[in-house]
Amino acid sequence: MTEGIAHHAEHRDDEGSKLGIWLFIFTELLFFGGLFITYAVYRHGNAEAFHLAGKELDVTLGTINTVILLISSMTIAMATTAIQKKDKRTTLILIGITLLLALAFLVNKYFEWSAKIGHGIWPGSPLLEELGRGDTLFFGLYYFMTGLHALHIIIGMVLIAVILVRVRKDKITHDNFQLLENGGLYWHLVDLIWIFLFPLFYLIA
Amino acid sequence: MSENTHHIVPYRTYGLILVLLVILTGTSVAITQIELSRWATLAALLLASAKSAFVLAVFMHLKFDQRIYKAMVIFIILVMAAVIVLTFFDYGFR
Repeated sequence: MTEGIAHHAEHRDDEGSKLGIWLFIFTELLFFGGLFITYAVYRHGNAEAFHLAGKELDVTLGTINTVILLISSMTIAMATTAIQKKDKRTTLILIGITLLLALAFLVNKYFEWSAKIGHGIWPGSPLLEELGRGDTLFFGLYYFMTGLHALHIIIGMVLIAVILVRVRKDKITHDNFQLLENGGLYWHLVDLIWIFLFPLFYLIA
Repeated sequence: MSENTHHIVPYRTYGLILVLLVILTGTSVAITQIELSRWATLAALLLASAKSAFVLAVFMHLKFDQRIYKAMVIFIILVMAAVIVLTFFDYGFR
């Protein structure tokens, strides 16, 4: 149970900490899983409307955001490698890039939502009521699920920013980097959810 | 759960996985843009599952970690699959 290096008499349980973040990830997966089932059931009953509504979404913007998130997943994963190699500079750069990519994702999302709202499509908008049940369901789920996902991005950014500061202050080091790895795991979860949101909303047309 | 046996994953591995993920994304976009059948959605979902598998195995270190994590992830996926199947036994036959 000893860590080898006993600098302080601090209590640390990296494996337990990792198990904790995984358990949290499972609750998140089941949470979004429930939403995906809701989506599947409503789509089953409103196939034509979902098909047409999906055409309204910008595939190019969705694809760009997918690639942005994939790259950010890679950079945060690489940060763990960098810290293990005692390369603090590279670690900080990689975490910084991850944060910038997360911001870019949110900026794209902002333009995407703005365009939709500009076209009169928002939850409860008069246009949606006119279009009927299928479109109301599709865009309701679209706003709720991508919004919830964006909230996860924001929370992830706060977490990654905390990690950035702790790496700078040498609180996270080559022999004590579980927080960085856990932050990475959370960030990959955000990526995983998007991997399914993208085809189900943008590519079904 | 003894010593810190952390596997250092090379940058190259992560880079290769990213290239693969981008290719799979491009493929799913291409398939759904060209083909308009119901199989396109299924193909896109299968590609998404393949992408998830790569993210879980390499980015999330399941390939290098203790087996217990892999076992738990598989269990959760099976639980979700069971709920989806049961839901559609209901909605599919209404």
